[in-house]
Amino acid sequence: MVDAAQHYIEEQPGGISACPACSAAPAAEDMARRARELEGATLALSLPGIHCAACIDTVERALNAAPGVREARVNLTLKRAQVKADADVGAADLVQVVEGVGYEAHELDAGTIAATATDRRGRELLMRLAVAGFASMNVMLLSVSVWSGAADATRDLFHWISAAITLPAIAFCAQPFFISAGRALKARHLNMDVPISLAILLALATSLWETSLSGEHAYFDAALTLTFFLLAGRYLDHRTRAAARSAAEELAALEVPRAWVLRDGEEVQLPVAELVIGDLIQVRPGGRMPVDGAIVEGASELDRSLLTGETLPVPAMVGQDVSAGEVNLTGPLTVRATAIGRDTSLARMADLVAIAESGRSRYTSLADRAAKLYAPGVHILSALSFLGWFLWSGDLRVALNIAAAVLIITCPCALGLAVPAVTTAASGRLFRRGMLVKHETALERLAEVDTVLFDKTGTLTAGAPEATNLDAFDDATLSLALALAEGSSHPLSRSLVTALRARGIAPAPVAELREVPGYGTEGRLDGRRVRLGRAAWLGAEAGGETATWLQGPDGLAEFTFTDSLRDGAETAVRDLLAAGKRVALISGDAEGAVADLAARLGIADWTAGALPGDKAARIADLQAQGARVLMVGDGLNDTAALSTAHVSISPASALDAARVASDIVLLGGDLSPIPEALDIASRATRRIRENFRIATFYNVIAVPLAVAGLCSPLIAALAMSASSITVSLNALRLR
Amino acid sequence: MDILVWLIPISLFLGGIGLVGFIWTVKTDQYDDPEGASQRILSDQWDDKPKP
Repeated sequence: MVDAAQHYIEEQPGGISACPACSAAPAAEDMARRARELEGATLALSLPGIHCAACIDTVERALNAAPGVREARVNLTLKRAQVKADADVGAADLVQVVEGVGYEAHELDAGTIAATATDRRGRELLMRLAVAGFASMNVMLLSVSVWSGAADATRDLFHWISAAITLPAIAFCAQPFFISAGRALKARHLNMDVPISLAILLALATSLWETSLSGEHAYFDAALTLTFFLLAGRYLDHRTRAAARSAAEELAALEVPRAWVLRDGEEVQLPVAELVIGDLIQVRPGGRMPVDGAIVEGASELDRSLLTGETLPVPAMVGQDVSAGEVNLTGPLTVRATAIGRDTSLARMADLVAIAESGRSRYTSLADRAAKLYAPGVHILSALSFLGWFLWSGDLRVALNIAAAVLIITCPCALGLAVPAVTTAASGRLFRRGMLVKHETALERLAEVDTVLFDKTGTLTAGAPEATNLDAFDDATLSLALALAEGSSHPLSRSLVTALRARGIAPAPVAELREVPGYGTEGRLDGRRVRLGRAAWLGAEAGGETATWLQGPDGLAEFTFTDSLRDGAETAVRDLLAAGKRVALISGDAEGAVADLAARLGIADWTAGALPGDKAARIADLQAQGARVLMVGDGLNDTAALSTAHVSISPASALDAARVASDIVLLGGDLSPIPEALDIASRATRRIRENFRIATFYNVIAVPLAVAGLCSPLIAALAMSASSITVSLNALRLR
Repeated sequence: MDILVWLIPISLFLGGIGLVGFIWTVKTDQYDDPEGASQRILSDQWDDKPKP
């Protein structure tokens, strides 16, 4: 995220369109676009509904038959389709094709997911793992013959063959450890890879020396098994993180940033990245503002809840400023762009949050703490045994052999597997429950949580209003309200329509129905004007609640609304309270709405009207008192709080900036997995500690043997494999 | 013991075939979609002739 911040700073001058480099930039983009058109485009679709062979077949057949498509392939694991098509084929056409055969499809932004398309690092690790496995099995075969009694020339031959296999294999497989150790040493500190590299290299050196003197003990097999187990740990670790990263990127890629722009009097659809300042952009009802700008045409209402947490829509008129991220509710708006891309206030706020110190950077993971104790200890131990034996026996060869044996025995095979094996199992389990663990230490931090802070709008509530006082009206009023509400796509109207239809109300015969953007709908009933809309438009006195007013034949009626709860909100809060956690609600919304919701959920501790800074300050306050805070939030006004908190969760519907700032993303709309996540996290942390204890236990038995010079390569191989396998099995218990 | 002269190279060679095979599967993206691969055998789309 620091990269993003730097990127932003570098790009700052780009906002001033007078600079010469910027006028050159569009030309370069233009050329890139033309090159793309020549070779055709690769489009990606997300297909959340596919699950079997028949689905793959149907979708592939439909896509391949679509005009302009060169090749289409479905990936069931990622639930995605990759389509190579002519340049004039748009993703929207393909989405229609797939929806035509009955499957849900969404366009994915190709640029955003391109990074995960080929996982080069993972592939390299897998390749090294395969070579290490192959070499170690062959060398182990030869070593077993030596241990079971091969002597003299045969033993020497076996040792030499082992050396011939081991040296090139190690040179290839152990590179990641050597490189990382070298980097650590250059920075003058120790990491886990320093003792690992030292053990591997020392084992090789002493074994070569022994072999050249026809010695009895060689550790070629140990060096290779060590590398194999450690690579297995690295690969697991990488896989978990790559899976989380690609799922997170898919969430981001789902929001394909496109806008309708007026260019030369024509309306064209363009990616948001190609907008320039001064463009006239059309934002339809339901659309999100892609840029900062000023309204030049139209009247509507704006939903700013993602930015501020307010649930009440704000009226929008010509001349008013709008910010990226606000949602247009009722009428079409034309906006002149004043700031685009990274210069919008939305991106700037998100960047500021990224720069701010976050909870996760202050946290040292269990593995790091273990390494801090472990790395110096191992070096001191092996150096001491070398010195001791050298002084006592005066034989450099014996002393070096024993020092190598100590290093190999203590080598953190099990430690290297202890954490990744557990986090892989736990993250896999959470993923199946609909939670995406993005950060590597998130689980450990989640396990320490004792206080949970919820945001209201969009987190505990679904952001969809629900009428509260329908019972107070007679059927005639309700049927009139239904007729008028059907004329608008405003969230309040849509909610009224759903609720009234469910009650079996039929709409009244309203004539000349029309929507007045920004105000409401009006029509005529029996020749008299009837209206449904804002209080001010109807001449009523607006209260503090979310409400819409009806002007019917018999005067005014007020429909009040409350936000409907998100699925699982009640269970989540109840389970958290039952588990003895402190639960609090903090919202930017008005006091009435917040108090209502807190009472409904049984949350005693609530704060209303909180500014973004207040939320972060509250968390900082709690943490200063020693509490470990989990923040659950979704809006831009929560991002500062999300990154201040010890650990944070955001729903998938959250703003991109909020998802980036949080450690865990809830993929479904349901909040009920949160208490379970806390439980899984604390069990995972317990397993990690257990694994450390198992690894230590093996060391406690084997190290004295090694120091005493009684450790043969056979014992080393047994201890190492046994501890690695126990640790992995222990981690699997979590699944 | 002379048999070792044959057995060791043979075992290395056979293991090597396995290794090369594995590297080939990694290089040709055969682990990109394990779930899809397990489902595709149930599809009758290319039963009569292989996909060109």
